Parts: sequence; structure tokens; C-alpha cells
Amino acid sequence: MAEFLTVDIWRGGAEGQLQRFDVPRSDNQTVLDVVTHVQKVLEPSLAYRFACRVGMCGSCAMMVNGKARWTCRTHVKKVAADGRLTLEPLANLPRIRDLVADLAPFFDKWQAAGGQFKPQAELGDDFAIVPPSGAARRQADEAIECIGCAVCYASCDVVAGQPDYLGPAALNRAWTLMNDGRDGAQDERLKAVSGAGGCQNCHTQQGCRDACPKGLNPTRSIAGLKRMSLMALIEGRL
Amino acid sequence: MSLQQAAGRVRSRSHAGYVAYLVHRLSGLALAVFLPFHFFVLGNALNGAAGLDDFLLWAANPWVKLGEWLLVSALALHMAGGIRVLAIEFLPWSERQKTYIMLCIAFAIAAGLLFLLAARHG
Amino acid sequence: MSGRGEMWLFLAQRASAVVMAPLVLIHLAVIIYAVRSGLSAEAIFARTRGSALWAGFYGLFVVAVSVHAALGCRAISAEWAGWRGNRVDGVWAAFGVLLLIAGLRAVAGVIW
Ligand code: HEM
Ligand code: SF4
Ligand code: SF4
Ligand code: FES
Repeated sequence: MAEFLTVDIWRGGAEGQLQRFDVPRSDNQTVLDVVTHVQKVLEPSLAYRFACRVGMCGSCAMMVNGKARWTCRTHVKKVAADGRLTLEPLANLPRIRDLVADLAPFFDKWQAAGGQFKPQAELGDDFAIVPPSGAARRQADEAIECIGCAVCYASCDVVAGQPDYLGPAALNRAWTLMNDGRDGAQDERLKAVSGAGGCQNCHTQQGCRDACPKGLNPTRSIAGLKRMSLMALIEGRL
Repeated sequence: MSLQQAAGRVRSRSHAGYVAYLVHRLSGLALAVFLPFHFFVLGNALNGAAGLDDFLLWAANPWVKLGEWLLVSALALHMAGGIRVLAIEFLPWSERQKTYIMLCIAFAIAAGLLFLLAARHG
Repeated sequence: MSGRGEMWLFLAQRASAVVMAPLVLIHLAVIIYAVRSGLSAEAIFARTRGSALWAGFYGLFVVAVSVHAALGCRAISAEWAGWRGNRVDGVWAAFGVLLLIAGLRAVAGVIW
């Protein structure tokens, strides 16, 4: 193991440049450890985000050697065999400062895709029962594990080329709600996910699926939305 | 873009699904560019067999044959890849995506080889 | 293009693909069969002239491919060149209509 890592980190916002740091190697070091070392010891003005450090909050994602990754669960030895790291803010999003990307467009699209649960029930109605073994619930089983880290969004080529495309995470979220028996905004949501930036823009490249640190499969969720939207179209509900 | 960034860009797009998408798109584009010429030549058959035969004579040129081989392969590849996309979209998810991509490529190579074999006889 | 319109276009693109899958398979088989015995106008016409079956086959093919190719190119130009909006849609629609006309003329050429 080399004693030092050569780390190039993006400094600045939309305009800026890479700045080089030499960071001591240590055992079981994560990329987040590297960034934290730089901020604590070498460059206190470095801006970056993290919170949980255990892969739950989804705030630490950035581009690591050109690939979007969560950094708290990414080991240096896995991604920097040659002792070099290039760190930049998440792609496909505006850059605020240093390693901090502006996630507003990402979450705006969750809203635009009908990402809010709209209850069907009235106050005083009985509890809705959602059996874990139900077909719809099982469709959503995996998709609800999303932590909103935007790694998939930064890895999607269609997002890069079609700025109004809602993107894998927002559509994946919409898919979970389309399979929620308690939801009362089904047709409304299908309208939201089948407009100009909708699910039909996905070319099933599975970049999102490859990159998702939780191992989720937005491609499959989006395919589900395509089928639902087409059915709604044919039945005149769109 | 630094060399390392460029390498990262390539790496983040080197997964099988991306390559399959790119190949499908480029083959579709090639077919769409070729199609107007194809229709134009066949349309000339309206002026009688002579016009078409003149063209076919020209098309016996080995370079044209090479182009035809490319187009036949592209058509086979695009069709197989298209069926693959339709399967992802309209059938239950399968974990054997890489196998299917390989099958698409194998189908296109087979169609291309059959064409070459047949053209050698002709 | 309205939201619902986008979905109709998506349906048209995929439906035309489904229609073409068997047509392309047969087309490939015919190509390979035809070059084996050497391509000539005579051989082509012997197959196609006056045949309602081939007229239907190629007619359907031309209609499907015109829709499919125009919509495919629309997606590519939107994503790779950033060309979007009504004017661009108009250009691709014109491309589709041109393909349709040229294609039907070609079908007429080999059938009549
Ligand atoms: C067997 C018949 C065919 C099938 C099953 C098929 C299937 C498909 C599918 C599913 C797509 C959408 C891909 C995506 O959105 O990711 C597509 C795109 C496309 N197809 Fe075809 N296709 C067929 C024949 C053709 C032909 C004959 C042409 C040539 C004119 C063509 C030209 C295109 C083009 C230009 C695209 C756009 C590529 C893209 O968006 O990436 N296709 N095809
Ligand atoms: S599968 Fe669809 S959403 Fe996922 S990366 Fe590809 S184009 Fe984007
Ligand atoms: S789907 Fe995966 S990559 Fe995308 S936001 Fe959710 S957890 Fe992150
Ligand atoms: S810091 Fe919470 S997921 Fe990485």
C-alpha cells in the first residue's frame, strides 16, 4: 500500500478547477474518510455533505473517478487501486461549491412525478390493511428502499441529454405509490409520469440500476410505469 | 477533461446495457439513413426492369456488397436488440440481461454470415 | 406536444416495432434466399408482380417503418443534439411522410 493517496478535488462552483491533495492511506479507509481528512487537516474551507456515515441518509454521494457513488460506504482500495482519486460533485446537477451539488432540481422532479402520497381514506375510516404478500405490495418491495442519494440520477444518460426527464429516482418513487392500495391519486400520477419528461424517455440502459448503491432496479420500476401509462392511455384515463 | 475523468466517463458507460443501447441506436440511425436510398432505387423499378438491373449491376461491386453486408447485419442486430428492449418493457424482469445481449449479437453475426455465404453463391 | 400526445407517440413507436419484428425476419430470409440465386430485376419481379400478398407485406412494412424511423430520429435529435419543440417535430413528421411516399412508390414499382 502506497503511503499517500493523490487526490484531485473540485474547487469552486460551475467555474473552478481541480486542486491536488496528498492524503495519508489507512486501513479500511473510505472515500468519505479521505474528504473528511482534507477538510479537517489540509483545507478547512472545503465544502462537502454527509450525515449518517452508514449508508442511510443518501447525502454523501459524489463523482469518484468519474462514477457516481455514495462515499461513506465506498472503500478507497476498491476504487483507487493506483492510489489516485478524482472527486467532483454529482453530475447532471448544478454545482454550488466544491463537492456540493444543488439537489433542488432532483427533488423538484420527485414532486413533478407525483411523488407525494395522497390518501384515499377520510378521517375516521378504518385502518387500511396492506398484506405484505399482496401482489402490488411485492412489486414495490424493493423500490421503497430508495434513500434518495441521486447516484442513479447522476448516472443516467437520458437525464444528461434531456434536462426535463424526470429521471430514475423520481419515477421509481412514483412506481412505489402506484402500487400503494391506499393512494388516491393514481390517474393524476400517471399523467405526471407520461408527459414530455416522462417514463417513455427511458431507453432501458440500466445505468441507474448498475450504479444504485442499494442495488435497486429503477429500470424495472420505469418499465412498470410505461405499461401502466399505456393501459391508461388506451382506456382513455390519461 | 483530464485523462482520468475521461476514463471515468467511459467506465461509467461501459456496462452492457449502455453498450446495447448505443449499438441499437447507431444501427437504427444507419438504417434510417439508408432507407430513403433503398426506396429510391426500388421506386425506379416503376420505369421498368432495365433501370433496376443497371443498379443491380453496379451493386455487384465488392465494396457495395460489403455495405450490404453491414446493412443486413445492422438490420438483424437492430431487430434483435429491439425485441430485447420490448421484452424489458413489457415482460416480467429477467436477471439474464447479459445473456440476451449476447444472443442479439450472435443472431446478427449469424445473419451476416449467412448473407455473405449466400452472396458468394450468387 | 401535450402529455398525452407524447404517450401516443411512444405507443406508435413500440407498436410499429412489434409489427415489424416478424416482417424483418421474413425480409432477412428473403434477402438471403434472393442473393443466393443472384439478384436480378427479373427474379424480383417474378416473386412480386401482381402479388397481393407481397403488396400487403411491403405496404405494411413501409407504413410501420415510416412511423418508427421518424420517431426514433426525433428521440435521437432531442437527446444528442438538443433539438426539441414544434419546429423539430415538424421536420421529423415531414421525414416520416417522405419515407411513406417514397416507400409506397417503391412498393408500387415492384408490384405493378
Ligand atoms: C424488427 C423490427 C424493429 C424492431 C423490433 C425495432 C425496435 C425498436 C425499439 C424498441 C426502439 C426504441 C429503442 C429505445 O427507445 O431505446 C427502436 C428505435 C429505433 N429504431 Fe427500430 N426497430 C425495428 C426496425 C427498425 C428499422 C427497419 C429502422 C430503420 C429505419 C429502425 C430505426 C430505428 C431508429 C432510428 C430508432 C431510434 C433509436 C433510439 O432511440 O435509440 N428500426 N427500434
Ligand atoms: S434505465 Fe432509464 S432511467 Fe435508468 S439510467 Fe437508463 S435511461 Fe436512465
Ligand atoms: S434509486 Fe438508488 S441510486 Fe437512485 S436515489 Fe434511490 S438509492 Fe440512490
Ligand atoms: S453519509 Fe449517509 S449515506 Fe453516506
